[in-house]
Amino acid sequence: MSLEQFSKRDATPGYIYYEGEKKPKTPWESFLRVVRRAFKGELFVGLWIVLREMVTKGNTHTLMYPEEKFVMGPRYRAVHKLLRLQESESERCIGCGLCEKICISNCIRMETKLDENSRKEVSQYTINFGRCIFCGYCAEVCPELAIVHSGDYENASEQRAHFGLKDDMLTPLDEFKANKQQEFPGFGALSDDADSFVKKTPLAY
Amino acid sequence: MNEIAIIIETVIKAVVVLAVVAGMAAFATFIERKVLAYMQRRLGPMNVGPHGILQLAADGIKLFTKEDIIPQNAVKPIFKIAPVIAPATAFTAMAAIPFFPEFTVFGYTVTPIISDINVGVLFIMGVASVGMYAPLLAGMSSTNKWALLGAARTVIALLSFEVVSGLALLAPLMLIGSLSLIDINDFQNGGFSSWLVWQQPLAFLLFAIAGFAETNRTPFDLIEYEAEIVSGYATDYSGMRWGLFFIGEYANMITVAFLVSIIFLGGYNPFWIIPGAIMILIKISAFIFLFLWVRAAWPHVRPDQMMWLCWKVLMPLALVNILITGIVLI
Repeated sequence: MSLEQFSKRDATPGYIYYEGEKKPKTPWESFLRVVRRAFKGELFVGLWIVLREMVTKGNTHTLMYPEEKFVMGPRYRAVHKLLRLQESESERCIGCGLCEKICISNCIRMETKLDENSRKEVSQYTINFGRCIFCGYCAEVCPELAIVHSGDYENASEQRAHFGLKDDMLTPLDEFKANKQQEFPGFGALSDDADSFVKKTPLAY
Repeated sequence: MNEIAIIIETVIKAVVVLAVVAGMAAFATFIERKVLAYMQRRLGPMNVGPHGILQLAADGIKLFTKEDIIPQNAVKPIFKIAPVIAPATAFTAMAAIPFFPEFTVFGYTVTPIISDINVGVLFIMGVASVGMYAPLLAGMSSTNKWALLGAARTVIALLSFEVVSGLALLAPLMLIGSLSLIDINDFQNGGFSSWLVWQQPLAFLLFAIAGFAETNRTPFDLIEYEAEIVSGYATDYSGMRWGLFFIGEYANMITVAFLVSIIFLGGYNPFWIIPGAIMILIKISAFIFLFLWVRAAWPHVRPDQMMWLCWKVLMPLALVNILITGIVLI
């Protein structure tokens, strides 16, 4: 491959530059434009396109919402979850307080104490979702992958404080035992159907 | 005795036309939502009944039970009477339309036309134009700037399309020599090749365009265009008063579809092995589908563009058409 092929990266073959229609200057030219537009049949192109979309089966974009739901990607940042350790069923959070420190809107509050084995225990952990901006710093800074973002976007509730208490966020034990704890694949993880979105880059090489 | 029979027959016919056309208009709203949805890659109403067919009932209940708000500064009598004008004129226009060919029930011959007057076309065009008083009065009485703009645009639309539709109809009427829609229909009973659209293609095109303008459908929906004047004349209306405008608009669509079918597309004459009644239903369904299709595909025009189109393009074309028809007739 020569250097020209690499340096010419602005367009695929067959890419057409369109600089727009020239404006008519004389009355004769504007008359010609009226005739050209009247007989070009562009209106019928529009009719044909909508008819084609109507008779084509299975090209609808509608998601029947309560029955069908959108698959949230792993990078989606909805309300937080506190995860448990796979082996011991105990909480992953070690009470280091990094998330509380890094939170730029100061909405995480945790209370820790030493338990009978002199290990640090998190007694209270709350997130004020009225202030949280869902930046994801807390999940990024967590050394134990304890606090993560979930994909739960349906957050209707009667109380403002819901979803933000420790009991709301921590994986319940019965759900954990049923092996339903969703593991966080890490930041920058691809969604399951990422392969189907891969396309060739529109560059020359 | 005979007179009483005629009166009873006419009343029954009027009630049947009112009920059936109102039902068709309601069903047309559902079809419109579905067709537009599929053309825009959506599903449309899906939840009420199978494929949303009961959405009609839901909408009807909503319209009837909604609060009827009359704005404080509105001219109340006119504000109240204006929505009645729209369906009233639309249904009055249907009095002169022959819907189906003659048929016999229990040995009694029924002509499915309420009143066979000898100036049928003129009557229909005139009454349909009176229907434009509904948006005009509604817009002027509701003390709302959007409504006032909608009323002003109503007058613009009326002044533009009325000339075109009248002149476009003149050429086929010169060929036929009668204004009665039954005569017009019988003129085309020689099969497919005797349809007037083959002799008067330009008049057909012009009348169809004028029909779109007359029913305020999409290329010419300037009197209630949402992006410019909220809802035009109907901005201040709610509940069933707004619903009356809606019924009037759809009844007008059905009237225009019948007119085009009868005058240009062979009316209710039987075609091949298909009986005439089925034939005219197919034709008006196709024309109403065209209304919806065009709404999904085409952008709408500005008021000045509409006036330009009607006065500078369509009216000269209609005059040329009349001239050519006259020369050929002589």
